[in-house]
Amino acid sequence: MKAAVSAQERSVPTAGSPTAGSRAPGRDLPAAKPRRLAAGTLLVMTVLLAACLASLAFGARPVGIGALLEAFTAFDPANGDHAVVHSRIPRTVTGLLAGAALGLAGAAMQGVARNPLADPGILGVNAGASLAVVTGIYAFGITQLSGYIWLAFLGAAAAAAVVYTIASLGREGATPVKLALAGAALSAGLGSLLHAVLVTSRDTLESFRFWQVGSLSGRDWDAVGQVLPFLLAGLLVTGCTGRLLNNLALGDDAARGLGQQVALSRAVSALGIVVLCGSATALAGPIAFVGLVIPHVVRAFTGPDYRRILPLSALLAPALLLGADTLGRVIALPGEVQAGIMTAAVGAPVFIWLVRSRKAAGL
Amino acid sequence: MSATGTVAGREAAGTPDSMNTGGPSADTAAPVLRRHRRGRMVAAGLVAAVVALFLAGVLLGSYLVSLPDFFRLLAGAQIPGASFIVMENRLPRAVVGIMTGIAFGLAGSIFQTMLRNPLASPDIIGISYGASAGAVAAMVLFGAAGFAVSAAAMAGALLVALLIYVLSHRHAGPSNAASSRLILTGIGCAAILQALVSYLLTRADVRTAQAALVWLNGSLNSSNWDRAAVLAACLLVLLPAAAALSRSLRGLEMGDDAAAGLGVTVAPARLGLVTVAVLLAAAATAAAGPVAFVAFLSAPIARRLLRGRASLAVSALVGAVIVLAADFAAATVLPQFLTNGTALPVGVVTGALGAPFLLWLLVSANRVGRGG
Repeated sequence: MKAAVSAQERSVPTAGSPTAGSRAPGRDLPAAKPRRLAAGTLLVMTVLLAACLASLAFGARPVGIGALLEAFTAFDPANGDHAVVHSRIPRTVTGLLAGAALGLAGAAMQGVARNPLADPGILGVNAGASLAVVTGIYAFGITQLSGYIWLAFLGAAAAAAVVYTIASLGREGATPVKLALAGAALSAGLGSLLHAVLVTSRDTLESFRFWQVGSLSGRDWDAVGQVLPFLLAGLLVTGCTGRLLNNLALGDDAARGLGQQVALSRAVSALGIVVLCGSATALAGPIAFVGLVIPHVVRAFTGPDYRRILPLSALLAPALLLGADTLGRVIALPGEVQAGIMTAAVGAPVFIWLVRSRKAAGL
Repeated sequence: MSATGTVAGREAAGTPDSMNTGGPSADTAAPVLRRHRRGRMVAAGLVAAVVALFLAGVLLGSYLVSLPDFFRLLAGAQIPGASFIVMENRLPRAVVGIMTGIAFGLAGSIFQTMLRNPLASPDIIGISYGASAGAVAAMVLFGAAGFAVSAAAMAGALLVALLIYVLSHRHAGPSNAASSRLILTGIGCAAILQALVSYLLTRADVRTAQAALVWLNGSLNSSNWDRAAVLAACLLVLLPAAAALSRSLRGLEMGDDAAAGLGVTVAPARLGLVTVAVLLAAAATAAAGPVAFVAFLSAPIARRLLRGRASLAVSALVGAVIVLAADFAAATVLPQFLTNGTALPVGVVTGALGAPFLLWLLVSANRVGRGG
C-alpha cells in the first residue's frame, strides 16, 4: 500500500495542470520538458553509436577508425584489420540485442512490480536459468550454446513466476524488501542445488563455469538467429505496455478506476518480461544489474512516463553492456573480464546508492 | 511462524529463557510454567539427539568401532587402525560439526530476531558470500590451502559485514527502515561478491575450481584438531557474549521503541549483537565453509519446537543437530547408495533439504505479513 501511495505521489500532476480524472487514461502524467527529452534522446543515441564503434574497434588487436570504416565500405579479405572487425560483428550484435532485452525487461519489471529495485539478477531469474542449464549439461550432456537456450528460458520463467508469486502473497503485495528477499532466498536455494551437481561432476563444472559469468564472447549468427524471434516478440509486446504500466503505477485501485483490467495487463507485461529475460540469458548468460541501473538513469530525462522510459531504456542498456564488454576486453590483456562481471562492478554501487537514497529506503 | 505463535513469543519474551541460569520464579503464571517445562524438555531432547548423532558419526561408517573401544581410545589406548580413524579423522570432524552448528544456529537466530525478519540470516544477506569471496580469492590467486583459507574467509566475512554496516548506516530516518536498508544493502553486496566468485572460478585451473567449489558448499572433510581448537577458542569468547546480550535481543525483538522503553540502549545493543553474530558466522564459515541454510533454518525450527518462543540456546542446539545429521547423511549414508563411495560435502545435504523448507517459510511468512 505504501508503494502505491508513493507511486501516486510521484506521478501527481504538477501544479496548474488538469487533475488526473479529467483526461484519458495514460495521459495524466506531467510532460517531461521537451527540450530535456530531446537532448536526452540525442545523448542516448550518441552513446549507443559510440559503444558500437568501440566494441568493433577495441580488443586484443585495436583497429583504427579509418580501417574500421573501410572494413564496411571496401572489405578486403586479405586485410587482417578488416577480418578482425568482421569477426567482432556477431559479438556486437549479440550485445545490442541482449542489452536491449535486459534494459526493456528491467524497466517493465520495475513498472509491474512498482518496485525500484526489480532486476533479473536480484529477483533470482538468473539463478533459475543457471540451474536449468546445469541440469541440462549434467543430465543430458548438452554442451552446445544452442542447447542452453531452451533450458535458460524454462529456468528463467519458472524462477520469475515462483519469486513473484511468493512475494505478492500477503496484505501489502510485492514490496521491494519481500521481492528482494524472495529472490535472494530462491537464489541461495537454487545455488546450493547447483553446487551439488557441480561438485559431483567435473565435466559439468568445466562447461558451466564459463557460461555462468555472463559473456558476449564466442557468440555466432546461429545463436543469434535462434533467439531472435523470441527476442523480437518480447520487445514488441513489452514495448507496447507503456500505457498499461503508467496506469499500474497509480496503484491497482486507481488503475481499475481508469477502466484497466489490472490482472490481465500484469500478466501480459510479465509474459513479455519473462520472454525478454529468457532470451537475454540464453544469448549472453546471466547478466545482472543492467536492467536495474538503466531505467533509473533514463528517468532523469523522461520523468515517470513509461511510454518514454521503455524505448530509451532499450536504447541505453545495449550501450552499457557493450561498453562493459569492451572495457573488459581491454583491462586484463591478454585475457578478458567477462561482460557480466563488469556490469556487476558498475551496477552494485548504483543499487546500494538507491537503497541509501530516501526514495528506496522509505519503502 | 503462525500468527498465534508470534503472539505467544511476544508474551513470553519478557521471561527468562533457558539461556539464563535462573529458573522460573514461584509466582509465575501456570501457562508460562508449562512453557518452561516444555522448553527444558525440548532442550534435553536436542542434547540427546546431538549425543546420539555424535556417537553415530564417530562409531559408524565403513570401519565400525565399538563403544567400549571408543572409550578406551579416549582414555589414550592405542588400537591399530581405529586409533587413526577415530582420533584423527572422525572425532575432530564431529567436534567441528557440533561447534559450527552451534555458531551458525546462534548467528542466524540473532540476525533474524534482531532484524525482525525470518529471512534475514547471514547466508542470505551477504556475510557468507564475503567469506566465500575471501576464501576463493586466496585459493585461486595465491594457491592457499588449509589455515590460510580459513583466515581469508574470516577476513572476507568481517570486511563485508563492516561494509554492509557502514553503507546501510544513517543517522536520520525512522529506525525500522534501518533493518530493511541493512537487508537490501546485504543483498546488493551478495550479488557483486557472487560475480567475483564466478569470475575467479573461470580464472582457475579446473582442479582448483573444484576444490574451491567443495569449500563453497561447506564441508567437514578437512576438519582437524587445529581447526577445532581455533573454533573452540572463538566460541569460548563469543558464547558468553551472546548470553549476556540475549536480554537486549529480546527487547529489540519487540521493536526499537519498546526496547528503549524496557531500558535497552538500542544503538549500542544493536552494534554489539551484530558484532557477535558476524563473528560467530565468520568463525564457523572459516572452519567448515558456508554450510548452506544452517543459520537460516535453526531459529525457525527452534521456534516451532518451542511453540513460538524464541530461544538462543535451543537455536544453537538445533544448528548442531542439523550439521551432525546432514554430515552423517552426506559422508556415511548417501555415498553407499548414490556416489560410489565419495563423501559429499555436508552443504549439499543441508542445501537440498533447506531449499524447499525455505520456500514454504517464505510463503507462510508473507501470508501473515511478516515477510518484510
